[in-house]
Amino acid sequence: MKLNDEEKDILAGKAGFVPQQALQHQIKVGEFFGAEDLVPVSQAHVMADTESLGEAGVRWLEGLAATADGQRRVRIPTITDPRGTDFAKADLLGQTSTMLDLERRAIAAFVKLGVTMTDTCINYQTIQAPTRNEHVAFGDTGVVIYSNSICGARSNFEGGPSALAAGLTGRTPRYGFHLPETRRASLRVRVDFTPTTLNGWGALGGVIGRLAGNYWSVPVIEGIEGSPRSDQLKHFGAAMASFGSIALFHLAGLTPEATRLTDVAAADLPVVRATRADVDNLQRSYHTDDQVDVVVFSAPQLSLFELRDLAELCDGRRFTVPMLAVTSPQVKPDADRMGYTARIESAGGSVLSGMCFYQSYAREISEANGWKRLATNSAKLVNILGGYGYRPMLASMESCVDAASSGRLART
Amino acid sequence: MSARIFRARHAMGPTVRGPTLVAHDGFSARYDLNRINGVFSRPTHKLVGQSYAGKILVLDTAKGGVATAWMLHEMQSRGIVPLALVLNSVNPILAQGAALGDVAMLAGFDEDITAAIPHGAEVEVNPQAGVLTLLG
Repeated sequence: MKLNDEEKDILAGKAGFVPQQALQHQIKVGEFFGAEDLVPVSQAHVMADTESLGEAGVRWLEGLAATADGQRRVRIPTITDPRGTDFAKADLLGQTSTMLDLERRAIAAFVKLGVTMTDTCINYQTIQAPTRNEHVAFGDTGVVIYSNSICGARSNFEGGPSALAAGLTGRTPRYGFHLPETRRASLRVRVDFTPTTLNGWGALGGVIGRLAGNYWSVPVIEGIEGSPRSDQLKHFGAAMASFGSIALFHLAGLTPEATRLTDVAAADLPVVRATRADVDNLQRSYHTDDQVDVVVFSAPQLSLFELRDLAELCDGRRFTVPMLAVTSPQVKPDADRMGYTARIESAGGSVLSGMCFYQSYAREISEANGWKRLATNSAKLVNILGGYGYRPMLASMESCVDAASSGRLART
Repeated sequence: MSARIFRARHAMGPTVRGPTLVAHDGFSARYDLNRINGVFSRPTHKLVGQSYAGKILVLDTAKGGVATAWMLHEMQSRGIVPLALVLNSVNPILAQGAALGDVAMLAGFDEDITAAIPHGAEVEVNPQAGVLTLLG
């Protein structure tokens, strides 16, 4: 890879051990993908829940953080994805003191590195959305796909170590979705309906993710009517990224790089169809039981509007199974102030903050609480949780709230 | 019978030799594995129930989210980790995870590598040379 003088100095250790290590990691990854050089980035977003890091990852972070002050801090705004707990609700989740200690150690290390602990996967709704052509190093797949597709920013999937490296060096290898040619559509999908529910948008994202198949595939989608809302596209993108490892999509006539189909695709790109039946089939395939043990709204964290809608559905209810709603530390105070938290919790639900359900020792909290049959309106969540031993079921927010009341999930 | 050699366009990590687990399916450490027990745990995965420790995984493509970038390092620290990852295509997360965890990886072949390599075969992964060798 070509390095400029500043990068050569970092690699030589003149800026200290931590940036040197970071750049070595970036060069290894960049050369794997044939990157010619590095591109400056303006923001980084680090996924680092401690179930993923484990003891080894936390020790690795602590090793970086033990470096002398002045040689270990990030150079650009560097923020965090959800943590592995909400410390105020850890007992409710059945998390152990070992898990919480590991979380505290990771947080202390990140703070020493200068990382801003935002603990959110909806930073594009709550912190600062990137702008068109802004090169960033984001590290939650839902964040990346939304930033690339809806905002027109440029990011690859940056896992925790690489996003942190980008924060420490202020750059990232220039490959993948930093390059204009990689952002052209490779799959043309025509849909025959426009979903109205968040689970419907997520399921459609899942169907298209499966069709697309791998990270390097870029779908352009035709047939969406109206102007989808941010929360709808949040679920759509998060599910597409989850089911297909997709980092960028275009909506013809809607998203910034696809004013016209031919802006991003050859006119003769073959059409693949995604139908309402495909979406219904995906949702039905997860409905494997009628009883539920827990209801979860998470993945991505809920916006203030989602919490408002949920609060309205909770009025006058008395839940018979646990109902968890997970949001960001930026949204939670507003939800408290608007009374949404109190309305949800009056019905027996719980509003958690700064974590995400699947990133919070999902297997262990399942075993601790006897949670197997889980109802959610998040297509992303149902795609993830099978491997953790759950039987996840996908339904509308309304049906999930009904299930929290009755313990039964109605079939549609 | 002479060894068959397959060239990869992308490679990193140490040279290793071992038995394969092969499936035309995806890979994500978070979505697909019980990392405590060292087995594939996703019910719909074609390798569900099989132990991956010390095996060379030959799979189609990377799936899912970003957690694998940390998880390969964590799995390596406990010695319950695949010996190597061989895929038709990878996403940045697998490459980043292999880089941090020092796990051998090859990706990008001229043929479907999951069809070319038999399940259970003995292979050598040589990232320096960018080749996968089907032994014996």
